[in-house]
This record gives sequence, C-alpha cells and structure tokens, in this order.
Amino acid sequence: MTTTPFVKLDGVAKRWNGQLGVEGIKLDIPEGSFTALLGPSGCGKSTTLRLLAGLELPDEGKILIDGKDVTTSAASDRNLSMVFQSYALFPHLSVAENVMFGLKVRRVPKKERLEKLHRALEITGLLGLEDRKPGELSGGQRQRVALARAIVAGQRLCLMDEPLSNLDAKLRNAVRKDIKKLQRDLGITVVYVTHDQTEAMSMADTVVLMKDGHIQQVGSPEDLYSRPNNTFVAEFVGAPPMALLQSSVLDGFGDDKTIGIRAENIQIVPKGEGRMRCTVNESEFLGAETLIGLDHAGAAGLCVLKPGLSMMAEGNEIDISFHDENLHVFDAAGQRLAG
Amino acid sequence: MSAHANLERRRQAIYGWLLLSPAAVLLTLFAFYPSVATLWSSLFSRGTRRKPTEFVGTENYAELFADPTFWIVVKNNLLYAGITIPVSIFIALSMALWANGKIRARGFVRTAYFTPTVLPMIAAANLWLFFYTPGLGVLDQIGSLFGLPSVNWLGQPETALWAIIIVTIWKEAGFFMIFYLAALQTIPADLKEAADIEGASRWTYTRRIVLPLLMPTTLFIAVNAMINSVKLIDHLFILTKGGPSDASKLILYYIYEMAFAFFDAPSAAAMTMMVIGVLGIVAAVQFLYLDKRTHYQ
Repeated sequence: MTTTPFVKLDGVAKRWNGQLGVEGIKLDIPEGSFTALLGPSGCGKSTTLRLLAGLELPDEGKILIDGKDVTTSAASDRNLSMVFQSYALFPHLSVAENVMFGLKVRRVPKKERLEKLHRALEITGLLGLEDRKPGELSGGQRQRVALARAIVAGQRLCLMDEPLSNLDAKLRNAVRKDIKKLQRDLGITVVYVTHDQTEAMSMADTVVLMKDGHIQQVGSPEDLYSRPNNTFVAEFVGAPPMALLQSSVLDGFGDDKTIGIRAENIQIVPKGEGRMRCTVNESEFLGAETLIGLDHAGAAGLCVLKPGLSMMAEGNEIDISFHDENLHVFDAAGQRLAG
Repeated sequence: MSAHANLERRRQAIYGWLLLSPAAVLLTLFAFYPSVATLWSSLFSRGTRRKPTEFVGTENYAELFADPTFWIVVKNNLLYAGITIPVSIFIALSMALWANGKIRARGFVRTAYFTPTVLPMIAAANLWLFFYTPGLGVLDQIGSLFGLPSVNWLGQPETALWAIIIVTIWKEAGFFMIFYLAALQTIPADLKEAADIEGASRWTYTRRIVLPLLMPTTLFIAVNAMINSVKLIDHLFILTKGGPSDASKLILYYIYEMAFAFFDAPSAAAMTMMVIGVLGIVAAVQFLYLDKRTHYQ
C-alpha cells in the first residue's frame, strides 16, 4: 500500500542570478512526521524551507502540500505556520496580540479567538504574560511566543527555521524536548531547519542532509549515522565524525578507495598487534570519556575514545585495531559501496 | 562613604557639567536670554521722542487682540498649518512606502523626491514664481492648451494662500520622506514574511504593523512640520509679500512687518511671545499624549 506524502517537493530548483541556490530537490514528507533539514551554512536548507513556505518561488519543479499543487500559491494560501530564527514578533504588540494576529486577520470570531489563545498559551506555558511586549520577555519566552503563534491557528504543517539558535545551550536542550513533545501531542507535521546535528539527530524522524544546494542523504538519524551515503555525510554526522583512511594503508582494499571508521569501533592494542601505528596529537577530556586524537600519514580525523579520564602524552606512538565489519567503504568519488 | 568614592563622585559631576556647559552657554545666550528679553519688552509701550517708554502690562496684547489683521494672520496660519502638516506627512509616507518597495530605479526615485529639499528656499520660490506667473507661467501655458482662462494664482486673495500651501507641501514632503525611509529600513524584513504567512494583506500589514512602528518618526515629523508652519517667511518675500490684502500673510511675516516696517517692537514682541506659548503647548500635548501611545524600539 502506498500512502501519498503530505508534502512533496519534486525536482525543485532555485537559482540566484545564475548562482546556485538549490537544485533538484526531491523530497516526500509523510503527515505527522518530524523532518530536519540539516547542513552547513549556505547549503540551501533555509532556501528549501522558504520555497516550501511560499516566501520564494522556485525556478523549476513542483511543490505539493496535502495533495494540492501550491508551487505558485501565496504563502497565506498554503495553510502552514512558521517559526522564524529571529522569531519575527511584532515589537509593538503584546503577547496576546502577537499570537492572535493571524486569527484576527482571518476574521475568526472573538470568542473562538480567545479560547484558542488561552489554549496556545497554556501549551507553551505563557499564561500570565498576555499583556507583555516582546521587549519585556526573555529570549526563551520570546521563542515560546513564536511557537504559540505558530500553533494557535491549528495548521497541520509547521515550518521552523533554526528556532533554537538564539538560545543558550541549557535552554536549547529544554526547548528541544518541548518542541518534540508539542509536535507529537498535536500530531502536526514539522519541517525543521538546523545546522546543529545534535538537534536534527535527537528530534527528527527523518533527516535530510544537504550540501551546496543538493540533498546528500535522506534517512532516519540511525541511517545517516551507521550507513552514510558518501564521505561528506560520514564526516558531517557524529561527534567525533567518522575518520577517513586511504585504502592503501590497509591490506585487501585496493588503492583507490576511502575507508571510514568511527572512534567507538577502534581499540588500542599492545604494540605489534595493531593494524595501524599512529601518533597521539591531543587528548580531550569529555567527562565520561577521553577523546584521543591520532595522526597517521594516510588518514584524516582519526581518533579513539577511552573511558573515564585517561590522558595520553602527545607524541606517544600507539597501535590500533578494528574489525572489518565496522568499516565503511567508499569509492574514488566518495560514494558508498554496498555493505 | 569613603573619601575615595566621594572624590570619584565629585569628579563625575564636574565632568558632566563640563560636557553640558558649551550647549548651556550657547542656548542661554541665543535662546533663553532673548526669550526673556522679548517677554520683558512686550510689557512696555513703544517709545517715541515725546513719550518715553513706560510699563503698560498686557496692553500690547489687548491691542493685538483688537487688531483685525492679527486675526486674519492667525486664521491664515491655522489654515496653512492645518493643510500642510497632514498633507505633507501623508504624501511623505506614501512616497516612502513606494520608494522602499522593490521598484526599478529606486535610487533615482529617492533622489528625485529629495531634490526640493536640497534647493535653497529662495531658488525654490523663484521656480514656483515661474510656474504661477499669469500668461507666461507653466500652469497657464498648460491651462491654455485646454482653453482655460489665465489665472493670477498669486495675485488674487482666493488663491494666493493655497498657492503658498502647495509650494510648502512640495518642499516638505520630500524632506519628511527621508525620515520615513530611514525608519522603514529599521523594520526587519521577516515581520513582513511572518505577516504574509498569517495571511495579512498588504494593507493590513501596513496599517497594523508598519504605521505603528513608524509612530516615533511621525511624531518627530509632526512637531517639525508644526514648527515649520510658523517659521515660513522666505517664500512669502518672493511670492506674495503677504498680499493681496493680507490673504497670504502668515504670523512670522507679520511679526517681521511689525518690527521692521512699522517699527512697533513691543507689538512684535507680544506676538512672538504668543507664538512661543502656543508652540510650547502643542509640543507638550504631542509629546505627553502621543508619546504614551507610541512604541519605541
């Protein structure tokens, strides 16, 4: 049985004066899912979101929401809400007026408007702040006002453009959980743009990793982590990222491939028993474990995790080993080979 | 309190007064003292060789109230202010909203709007003299194409003040537009996008978001426009000299006439005091009342 996707982008492209914006975006988003668009800055993730929102119009391709072709529709006709990175709250309006702005514009009767306002403020924990202006709120409260404004109208699709990037690290963790819970409780479809892989990996059902305007991989967080499509995904996802070795340093892999290996799959073994000999270049104490950075002529980003505090002196030579089933093999162009 | 903290506090105070003193000295010399001196001289009679100056109290004011020309001038000035202030603000705002949009040749449009402000007042007045001149003027030339009779815009009491009003609006709208443009630049673009997604029309967005955010600018412009409306004098010299039969005479021109044509300094002083009083009250109302309803970022 095939279900038609709630949101569908089909071959969407947008170019800025000949420069690349996004190219060939093909994406199916099922209803009620949480999709994160992830990538380094300038990769086109925000552009994709704005195309979806109707704030930009695509040069090519089609966009469908809920089975309707909205490629050239105005933003207001797409039945979606959006949370902006800067929150885009109206500074002269109170919290209540900000949240109800869209309802007022759409001429929702006053009684219904107030009920919806109350519910949205209750969900976001803003009751009692109705009459404050955005300037009188903390960053976290402003963020929640933006969320309340997005959910008050009960739209089934909500777009979020880096909504947490202006919060401090501690608050970010808390709000991350709140947003995820909100999305589940309300059963809405969320498309979420972020450059922070922790956010994407911890919140999303599906992660869309982008680079230079192209989608690199679409999949569950687990997919991206354990079966990266190419060397870019391998090096982007995970902390620490996957180490890449030239296949010539290992036996039996030929000369023109790239081998990927994650830090947790590497063991330090007694001298003479390892598959590679490396030099320690730094030791980073992370709390529960210590990250040992290693240098090797044919490898980049090689490191190993040791439990607890166990610093190693810089310049030490150690042997490392790993099992073949934990290796990821990429061809000369960086594409994953089967396995 | 330790001696050290005390010394530091005194040092700060001296520093503050030093920063304040240049402005205080200049304002006292050229604004406060003349105002007080004007008030003082408005309470004395006009001295002649036979009758020396004497204290007359409010007699100069009473005389003014009995002067029919004074009331014509007041009426003219009220009409002048009542038309030029709202109309120039409205035009300035409309032009700014337009010039701020995504239009072609935006730089050219902005410059074109601003040109009247750059022109010296006298040059601008001469330009309009050329427009208004009966027979030869541009307005009459255009009118004659459609078979309209020649009109002496500046020379007849019914149209003279209106002709001045149009020149003022032409000159002020461009100037005010620059303030509005600057204020519009400070409104973040994502407010428009957020309003778009909520389904707000362009008009709703302008009325509910843009205009309230422009209120501080509007207030500033309104006070300036009001001050300008009693400050106008140079155009009158070139265009009408206050005539015909006082139809376009405004308050400052009348004060000037009193002081330097009729040499009635006490009456001029009395009138000046009234202008200062009225301006003070209106400015206070604008700032105290409207300020509360204005959102400052």
